[in-house]
Amino acid sequence: MSTAIWVIIVGYFATKFTLEDSFQHLIGSALLFGLIYYGTKEQDFGPQRSYLLANAPLAVVGLINFLFQLFFEGFYDKYEQFFNYATLIAFAWIFGKWASSKKQEDELRISTERRAELEALVQERTVELQKQKDELQETVQELKTTQAQLIQSEKMASLGELTAGIAHEIQNPLNFVNNFSEVTAELIEEMEEELNKGDKEEAIAIAADIKQNLEKIMHHGKRADGIVKGMLQHSRASSNVKEPTDINKLADEYLRLAYHGLRAKDKSFNAELITHFAEGLPQANLVPQDVGRVLLNLFNNAFYAVKEKQKTTGTEFKPKVEVATVSKGKSLEITVKDNGTGIPDEIKEKILQPFFTTKPTGEGTGLGLSLSYDIVVKAHSGKIDIKSKQGEGSEFKISLPV
Amino acid sequence: MKILVVDDEADVQPLFLQRFRREIREHEFEFDFALSGEDALNYLHDKHSEVVLILSDINMPGMSGLELLSRIRHEYDMPPPMVMMITAYGDEENHRQAMERGANDFLTKPLDFNLLKEKLKTLT
Repeated sequence: MSTAIWVIIVGYFATKFTLEDSFQHLIGSALLFGLIYYGTKEQDFGPQRSYLLANAPLAVVGLINFLFQLFFEGFYDKYEQFFNYATLIAFAWIFGKWASSKKQEDELRISTERRAELEALVQERTVELQKQKDELQETVQELKTTQAQLIQSEKMASLGELTAGIAHEIQNPLNFVNNFSEVTAELIEEMEEELNKGDKEEAIAIAADIKQNLEKIMHHGKRADGIVKGMLQHSRASSNVKEPTDINKLADEYLRLAYHGLRAKDKSFNAELITHFAEGLPQANLVPQDVGRVLLNLFNNAFYAVKEKQKTTGTEFKPKVEVATVSKGKSLEITVKDNGTGIPDEIKEKILQPFFTTKPTGEGTGLGLSLSYDIVVKAHSGKIDIKSKQGEGSEFKISLPV
Repeated sequence: MKILVVDDEADVQPLFLQRFRREIREHEFEFDFALSGEDALNYLHDKHSEVVLILSDINMPGMSGLELLSRIRHEYDMPPPMVMMITAYGDEENHRQAMERGANDFLTKPLDFNLLKEKLKTLT
């Protein structure tokens, strides 16, 4: 573009020296105006607009020179010197403008380079951040997997504790099934004898007993069946399927399992189990194996607390574990209460935290209550309220929406 | 002979009554039942002179069979009733403790009624 300006300037002087004075101004100015007009209209010259516009004063001065020469020749001749000064100033303006434009251009170039540098830097940082993000996501995924494994192992740990209780709970109904089957076989023999003797009345009485026994066999068979099913449900990864559940039955089942599980490990241990099950409760919509785990955990804790207290207080202390259910408006409440050691105030805040346990290493995972909290509060939109007094006992109240 | 059976499972009652159907009919044995150690002590409080033999489960909620045994041995010694302990866990520890606390015999679940019958018959 700067060459174009030189062309204009050279062109201007060429016309100035060859043409008559007044017209040289007109032609030079017209040429300049034309160039400025063309250059500013054309998009291609966009960046050079400031160079072109720098010529505008020269064109205006040229035009004024021409007009004064034509119409006020006397005035022009008298002050020609000043008109020449104006022309010179217009030239100076062009060069000044040109120099400053050049400076601006350089600055622009430098800033463009800077920008490119910065962009490269940003690009580099973005890649780095992306990498970090990927790594973090991977870590989160790993943590999630670990958490799932922990939940499962906590389940299996509590199942291990339960095994003896389950064995006892299955053994009992199985004994009944065996005993009632045996006695029924005997009764049938007796009935035959009575019929042979002709004592129809006695035979009918025996038949009634047989019928009753078969019902008992069925009842105890189903009981064992229910326990095995419950055990399988407990060990299985949660299906997360909510189903209408009888919370009294669920609480009773897990209370027994927890109690007998503990008894199997420590035969000297004994506690009074008190149940206050409200009758006619609506069925609660919940994931039975998950809420069962919560209850199991609360019962295990309650038994542990009374057992610990028994160790320190001796035989006078009567361990007591109570479970109560009640319907409160739109929710059901299950309360598990013990008269054990209670929770010291300084750890009350911590008991729901994962991995917090007061049990000796190897005895507790510290996940029981934290998982219980997740199950009740997060998965079932329920509530856990804890009341406890050190040395007197604890009360855990679970509220579950119906 | 009056026998008190202590077990927290109510279904042992028809089982005993049917198993000893003939003996009951012929008034050889008479059975009464208690569902807990506490129940049994209340029962004995009134009728300890009638009861000759107590058959008690060990593993019961509340007062355990072993505790009941100690209480019986402590409170009723004129004449001392016979006490047989029953437990699902046929283990040495319970056996030793039962014997130490003065049990006359020790039976394991599932109950062998024929064996029990023979044992009881030697008593009458």
